[in-house]
Amino acid sequence: MKTFLRILAGLVLVGVIALLAFIFVPVQRTEPTTELAADWQAAEGQGELVLDAGDCVACHTSDDGESLAGGRAIASPMGTIWSTNITPDAETGIGNWSFADFRAAMIDGVTPNGTHLYPAMPYENYRLMTEEDMRALYDYLMTEVEPVSAANKDTNLDFPFNQRWGIRAWNWLALTHDAGFTPAGVSDAQDRGQYLVESLGHCGACHTPRNTFMAQDGVTAESESFLAGGVVGGWNAPALRGDDAGIKGWTVSELADYLATGRNAHSTANGEMALVVEHSLQKLPDSDNIAIAAYLKGMDGDAFDLPEEVAAAGPIATPEAEADDAGAATAELLVSADPDMPLGARLYSDNCLGCHFASGKGAPGIFPELQGNGLVVGSEVSPLISVILNGAEVPPTAKRPMTLRMQGYADRLSDDEVAELATWLRGAWGNDAGAVAPEAVAEVRDSDSAH
Amino acid sequence: MARTEPKKDVVIVGLGWTGSIAGIELAQEGLDIVALERGHDQNTVPNFEYPQQIDELKYGVRVKMMQKPSQQTLTVRRSGDETALPYRSLGSFLPGNGVGGAGTHWNGLNWRPMPEELRLRSYVTENWGEDIIPEGMTIGDYPVSYDELEPFFTQFEKVAGIAGKAGNLNGEIQEGGNPFEGWRSEEFPMPAHKPTFDSAKFGEAASAMGYHPFTASAGIASTSYTNPYGMQMGPCNFCGFCERFGCYQYSKSSPQTAILGALKQYPNFEYRTNSEVLKIETAPDGQTATGVTYWDEEAQEEVFQPADIVILSSYQLNNVHLMLLSGIGGPVYDPVTGEGVLGKNYAYQMNGGVSMFFEDEQFNPFVGHGANGIALDDFAINQNDFGALGFIGGSYWRSGTFNGQPIRSMRLPSGTPAWGAGWKEGIKKWYGHSMSIGSHGSHMAYANNHLDLDPTYTDRHGRPLMRMTFNWQDNDLRMNQYMKSKMEPLAASMNPDLMQSGFKGPGAQYDVRPYQTTHNTGGHIMSTNAREGSVNRYSQAWDKHNVFVMGAGNFVQNTQYNPTGLVGGLAYHTVNAIRTQYLSNPRPLV
Repeated sequence: MKTFLRILAGLVLVGVIALLAFIFVPVQRTEPTTELAADWQAAEGQGELVLDAGDCVACHTSDDGESLAGGRAIASPMGTIWSTNITPDAETGIGNWSFADFRAAMIDGVTPNGTHLYPAMPYENYRLMTEEDMRALYDYLMTEVEPVSAANKDTNLDFPFNQRWGIRAWNWLALTHDAGFTPAGVSDAQDRGQYLVESLGHCGACHTPRNTFMAQDGVTAESESFLAGGVVGGWNAPALRGDDAGIKGWTVSELADYLATGRNAHSTANGEMALVVEHSLQKLPDSDNIAIAAYLKGMDGDAFDLPEEVAAAGPIATPEAEADDAGAATAELLVSADPDMPLGARLYSDNCLGCHFASGKGAPGIFPELQGNGLVVGSEVSPLISVILNGAEVPPTAKRPMTLRMQGYADRLSDDEVAELATWLRGAWGNDAGAVAPEAVAEVRDSDSAH
Repeated sequence: MARTEPKKDVVIVGLGWTGSIAGIELAQEGLDIVALERGHDQNTVPNFEYPQQIDELKYGVRVKMMQKPSQQTLTVRRSGDETALPYRSLGSFLPGNGVGGAGTHWNGLNWRPMPEELRLRSYVTENWGEDIIPEGMTIGDYPVSYDELEPFFTQFEKVAGIAGKAGNLNGEIQEGGNPFEGWRSEEFPMPAHKPTFDSAKFGEAASAMGYHPFTASAGIASTSYTNPYGMQMGPCNFCGFCERFGCYQYSKSSPQTAILGALKQYPNFEYRTNSEVLKIETAPDGQTATGVTYWDEEAQEEVFQPADIVILSSYQLNNVHLMLLSGIGGPVYDPVTGEGVLGKNYAYQMNGGVSMFFEDEQFNPFVGHGANGIALDDFAINQNDFGALGFIGGSYWRSGTFNGQPIRSMRLPSGTPAWGAGWKEGIKKWYGHSMSIGSHGSHMAYANNHLDLDPTYTDRHGRPLMRMTFNWQDNDLRMNQYMKSKMEPLAASMNPDLMQSGFKGPGAQYDVRPYQTTHNTGGHIMSTNAREGSVNRYSQAWDKHNVFVMGAGNFVQNTQYNPTGLVGGLAYHTVNAIRTQYLSNPRPLV
């Protein structure tokens, strides 16, 4: 509620400024960063790669709908925003859009008729795309995608969010950065990774905290807040830099495995990240996932080795890890079979230990470790509660085609027990996060049953 | 005929281990494939999920994962003199049901046969002469050798994720492995499991007697595992719910953990459940099959599925039944004249064991897994002097808790009351204080033991049931008694307070009621020519070159081991032949 009021206040202020601007300044499109020759041709597969890396399909396709024909509901703090048809259908899609129209939508957030897009469309990040990739994507959408006639659903947010001119003012605050990409020049791999992270992959849209105006608090590594962790729809998008980052202890190889397959020696992808893996990252070449991993590891100046491939084919046998120093006491308690052990530990033994083990280290590639797990120790507790109640699912990917599904315990554990278990998990093996209240469990359970 | 589906390149009958193997390997060739599965679809979650799955009453006692006799069964008799009656209540063997088939509910005991077992008749003849083969024993040589199958055993073990320690690497005997096994080109893909207390105790006693114990190979993950298809297993937690259960832990080797997820990624593969194949249809010229007719349970109608290649990959009993009903696999075997091939050499397994009770030893009977244990092959087929011993055969021994389930694992000294206060007293005293050693023995092929169609009983589709004629034979019973005479001294050397043996002896008659083993073999056996068997060395039907028949029905006689390793190796051998020889030029490959 507090955040909401803050947003509201911010937007009202923004609205007043924008109103004045709206009167005096005409809408101007950003100029292209590079002039491409008229006969410029994208390399084979470039357009599709941009489409995949940009994760366009995930948002622009509804559950039962045709690919890229829009109609997916995007939940936002302001209400539901419906994604649009971006197939080349002239009536309902973008078939009549010129390349300049398309670029303006991608980097200025403005449609050909001057309507401002809601920033659920991450044009803050796509603004950093190269002109070549922009053209490749445009050409791909126009020539390789079948037009689908599917009328867009109107997005009807409540006042004041239905006043799209307000976004124009918001853009003045959010789009202060120049269009186009500036590589840091560290190494080819890291530069490629930087580009994918900052621009196409729009990682910052979730992993960078939002400022007072709900804009990303920095869209490049020059900002200290960039990728410092955000909260999206009640989920922690963990920090990807700094000593507290969950990926701090991961190698480039492990991080690239996670991106390509949704699973690695430490963790598995859940929630939004599972969708990103499923719809986008698993389709990228190994070199791109390695590049992303190298860039992220390099942000903190860590040394690393570049692997040659991602998620190699089996047979691969990997023993599970033993408890480390931080986790030793918990592991000892769990295997003591002491009838006086705390209820949380007992619940863990009865329900979780079989897969995640006394060490809390899980099993590499299949059962995530719970020690230091961002979902376990995050500021947001509803994802952890939801996983305990409803289970979780890692989608099949090209290199790891197994669906990894954990069953839920909603029928087996009461709200009090889930709270007890979640609280215990957040303090076990050296984890140091706050308690979970039964009321929070009840809230997640109720919202699930309302679906 | 109510409906005809569009033609496919391949139709697969039954989506268990071998159907999945055929599916993925042929999908890689870009062929358009449909698999028809009689049962339901099933996945680890939700079908095997914790804790619902570890319900011993439901799955262990009431065997809910298995085929229902009302759905499909057979009739059983012990000899031609008896009238066969329907197997109305599951007992002696438990055919599976649903996607994954028996591969979902097995114990994970994966063994290769011994090289000698695949050329048994020659091995016997060369060493002891034809004369020691008793009258009525119909053993033969497999038309494919161990050396030829070795790469395919290795391939299956990588896919299935088998844990163990090699005993013979390219002819070099390895410390810690089975020194009597056939050669392996590579080490196991996963390390051997740690032993439980009972198996360690057995291993020590066996070593003290000069035997050669080793950790049994296991289709149970000892580590996290990724196979060549990218499919995964999680390390086993020794909960002891393997046989008769699906594994909630992703730890047991199964089509679900090893193949199906990868297979479903192929857009050229589809599968239909609740689709029971009734008959394989034959072209007018009789040279090939045209597809299969199946019963669509949902639509309640018969469907014809045309296809260029038919892969029969249902359970052994069902494969033979379908062939009998469809007139595929050669003339039906007649035990009186010895003529005919289809239904010939049905074989089983000859098992026994010793239980030991120790008042002062504490075993944890709830800790184990289906393939747990220390084993030895000192009394195996290639170690026994058949001439001197007076039987042909052998067994492997194993000790280790493989069933952690409370209801069926309460071993009690004989004479303990089966209910009431005496039973309670017995349980109180002995629960957790006993262990056992098992002998898992070979079963030869005999003229008496065969499969054909029943003259009286029909199934719900009006088709004749299959009839099994089977009884124990002296040769195998003598082998079993020999194992008893060797195992009892070993058990006694461990100084138990009580011990008792369970080995069938002379005159034992087959009883279909108590559970024994689901290792039903033979019936569409492999052979070097069409006069001796139903399929050739590539499991290709001699009489219909576009029909390939997977599974243990190919076994000329049963080996002393659990059949899955040989079934998997043969399946990869067959699909390799289809890929490299058949597709480019469809014809009889022999």
